[in-house]
Amino acid sequence: MSETLEALQKEAIEEVLKIYPDKAKKNRSKHLGVDTPEGVKGACDKTRSNKQTVPGVMSQRGCAYAGSKGVVWGPIKDMIHISHGPVGCGQYSRAGRRNYYIGTTGVDIFVTMNFTTDFSEKDIVFGGDKKLKKALQEIDTLFPLNNGISIQSECPIGLIGDDIQAVAKVHKKESDKPTVAVSCEGFRGVSQSLGHHIANDMIRDEVMPDASYRKDFVSTDYDVAIIGDYNIGGDAWASRILLEEMGLRVIAQWSGDASYKEMAIAPKAKLNLLHCYRSMNYISRHMEQEFGIPWMEYNFFGPSKTTESLRKIAEFFGPEIQAKTEAMIAKYTAMTDAVIAKYKPKLEGKKVMLYVGGLRPRHVIGAYEDLGMEVIGTGYEFGHGDDYKRTKEDIARSTLIYDDVNEYELEQFVKKLKPDLVASGVKEKYVFQKMGLPFRQMHSWDYSGPYHGYDAFAIFAKDMDLAMNSPVWSHTKAPWEKEEIGA
Amino acid sequence: MQDVENIVNGQKLFLKEEYQTSLAAKKEFESAMGAVNPAKVEEIAQWTKSWDYREKNLAREAITINPAKACQPLGAIMAGLGFENTMPYVHGSHGCVAYFRSYFTRHFKEPTPCVSDSMSESAAVFGGLANMKDGLRNCNAMYKPDHIAVSTTCMAEVIGDDLGAFIIGAREEAEGELDNLPITYAHTPSFVGSHITGYDNMMKSILEQLSIGKEASVKDEERINIIPGFEPYLGSLAEIKEIGKMFSDKIVMLGDHEEQWNTGAGGYSLYAGGTTLEDAKTAINAKATISLQKYSTIQTAKSIKNKWKQIYETCNPIGLSGTDEFVMMLSKLTGKDVPEALKIQRAQLVDAMQDSYPYMHGKKFALYGDPDFLLGLVSFIVEMGGIPTHVLCNNAPRKGWEDDMKAIISKSDWKDDCNIWMGKDLWHLRSLLFTEPTDFLIGNVYGKELYRDTGIPLIRIGFPIFDRHHLHRYSISGYKGALNLLTWIVNAVLDQLDEETKDIAKTDYFFDCVR
Repeated sequence: MSETLEALQKEAIEEVLKIYPDKAKKNRSKHLGVDTPEGVKGACDKTRSNKQTVPGVMSQRGCAYAGSKGVVWGPIKDMIHISHGPVGCGQYSRAGRRNYYIGTTGVDIFVTMNFTTDFSEKDIVFGGDKKLKKALQEIDTLFPLNNGISIQSECPIGLIGDDIQAVAKVHKKESDKPTVAVSCEGFRGVSQSLGHHIANDMIRDEVMPDASYRKDFVSTDYDVAIIGDYNIGGDAWASRILLEEMGLRVIAQWSGDASYKEMAIAPKAKLNLLHCYRSMNYISRHMEQEFGIPWMEYNFFGPSKTTESLRKIAEFFGPEIQAKTEAMIAKYTAMTDAVIAKYKPKLEGKKVMLYVGGLRPRHVIGAYEDLGMEVIGTGYEFGHGDDYKRTKEDIARSTLIYDDVNEYELEQFVKKLKPDLVASGVKEKYVFQKMGLPFRQMHSWDYSGPYHGYDAFAIFAKDMDLAMNSPVWSHTKAPWEKEEIGA
Repeated sequence: MQDVENIVNGQKLFLKEEYQTSLAAKKEFESAMGAVNPAKVEEIAQWTKSWDYREKNLAREAITINPAKACQPLGAIMAGLGFENTMPYVHGSHGCVAYFRSYFTRHFKEPTPCVSDSMSESAAVFGGLANMKDGLRNCNAMYKPDHIAVSTTCMAEVIGDDLGAFIIGAREEAEGELDNLPITYAHTPSFVGSHITGYDNMMKSILEQLSIGKEASVKDEERINIIPGFEPYLGSLAEIKEIGKMFSDKIVMLGDHEEQWNTGAGGYSLYAGGTTLEDAKTAINAKATISLQKYSTIQTAKSIKNKWKQIYETCNPIGLSGTDEFVMMLSKLTGKDVPEALKIQRAQLVDAMQDSYPYMHGKKFALYGDPDFLLGLVSFIVEMGGIPTHVLCNNAPRKGWEDDMKAIISKSDWKDDCNIWMGKDLWHLRSLLFTEPTDFLIGNVYGKELYRDTGIPLIRIGFPIFDRHHLHRYSISGYKGALNLLTWIVNAVLDQLDEETKDIAKTDYFFDCVR
């Protein structure tokens, strides 16, 4: 069977490339491939990635601003993040990512709000520094409980020669609060990925040196920080509870439901636990170099990977933690086994195609496989070579690999490989649903979640069953129609 | 831990004791004031409700907080998708296009086709000509459009790319592939105006550029064009077309995006519906053009008025009098009497208004949204005897709009109690609602935080609406659309009445079964 699947996948690539003019064909062919768990130098090793998107296609990629404001900085809840430039960017990215938090919005917490300098033509012509300075002052007047401000640059800032770093420096001095200027203009780099990197660098330069909260911090031997969990639908909360139960103390969550202090005290951790490698490996490496804190990647999607990760984490802390961890694993495994017993019969053998960003194109494979579902295609919106290399460990069968896949390609791949479920983002959702295919958004958890940890796996399983086995998919064909319609 | 027989998602999972304990413990590591000193949060929260805070808030000059507007290219994409087999093409960064597509898709629950030419640092330095050359060819090869509508992001505008010259350059090097493909273009800088400005610029460009070479003269005495404007209610487009058909089959909508965002299950096609390119090309030869959104078509109007030798009119068929005006305009332009069916629809609407008026009479409303939308909605509120206490327009045009709004408000018995807030945002509105509360709030999804904070019920009418389903399928225009507005508003009032009277043995004497 796997040979047939592999052949079909290779054929799909050949077919999809036919439509392109030569230059684009040559480019795209390097981003597409097939790999198998036993393959040598397959697509996971060779796929070209983190390159300029072919112009004129419907790419699903975002920009550096999205990576910085939308992903890394935006969820830090007690700071105010200014979308600096025209009005659109802040509006389109407002309150859409489900970075859950606890707090009084507009008083001490600001995550779902949109602060923007709303540039007019005059600001472009004469520069926006004065407006920015005033904006910072107005924010401090109206929101006295803010614990700092970040300035997230939109495209024009870097093009008109503004000096936002200087404005931030002055304000920081005057207000005595963190004021961080981030040059994450949308045209920088090829995707949101560079935005993550730039955002990490600003945390390195502006937050890490601030030792004020670290001074009196009383450490324990079991302090860890969660790095690269954006608490989408509460993911980080469903993760920290496990870490706490195994005897660790989670002193920081980056950056979902994070407050400034948690950013600043992270260097006090004994181990940094990195979930989204893509967006926060930079700062993890920095903390290792600067503060000597080791970091460890983990995967909390699905019980198999969660258990594996917990054991790896426990090993770092020694026998006492390991014993507690094993007890916890036993407790939760009874529950997740029951979840699998309940849902696997309804989902087994169903084929899945993924297309998402960050860590999910590889991390969620295990969760599907735990339910007996088979991932036959996956790809990254903005992955790098190291992401694809890591993917090799997670694929369980011949898998079509597509980097920066555009809407045309994904549609063709789906038509050819005929998966039972597509798991991707909101822009793709209705395309596939119209074809009669069950679909789950795997950026926002389709307004459900959390999906990290054991409790979350129960939700994941329930959601996949809901998507796969809803009666609505059976209504597409009208009773008077003879032929199957759709994909 | 999850109970496998009753698996709950985050909504209820985090209410379980072990999670509440964990969340409480987390506060130790937090700097947010809610964790450090909750009393201080309460103190500041109270202060934000005060007149003192309102004055400071209204004095803001530099920071916009929770705006009620978006940027130009969003509107340009809607304009482009109103034409058949048309691919909107955004010259600039692709991140913008990801945002536009997500934004429309979250509102319509439908795919939104649109490409970009992915300009990046090198394009910022050298200009985006190379991107345009490859982009147009790739777009044409993959998506096989009959027309490409090019707009720009602010990046391309700041570096000063010349679209007209770039498109000529791209055609020359496309080895003939683009020779017969109409490519229209508009500069849509995000730092000027809002999404309605972008709609206007793109619409103007499409109409002007598709009719190049055509003589500006009336060749079809019966033809009337209707431009809907930035219309998020697909049902409104359908209803306007239906009303048009009652008068003449030569009434043509220019920029008809109804079907594009309303396709059925059973297969996906990239393009659906839209004004035919032939109709767009011959628009110049019609007898008249009517815009249904005066302030979303300011430049388009200038072009038609100055260059096309035909009648140009505007009207706003939201609410009773707006629809009356529209119907009479069609009657005048077609020379036909108002059809019987419309007379019946009108009578039915008025009858319904007379059935429901006690629940809207004297009720205070705060409304926010786009300029033309507000003119229509406020007109309807006034027709029902409601009070438009706060009318807030973040993207209010500088000229004309305020006078138009004042003229509508002047018909209200409570005209002196009404306030027009131009260029203000939803954080301003928060202060207004705390200091001068209303009974209801009408607006888009972003009003839900105002509802949470002030307790004033939000009636969702506007754009975008992400958190309720299918409202965009209804009409808010025409007599039937006004009936929808009436239904939504009156029933929201009645829901609130039930909410306020449901306390057992306290207020529920008023929890009536008949209202």
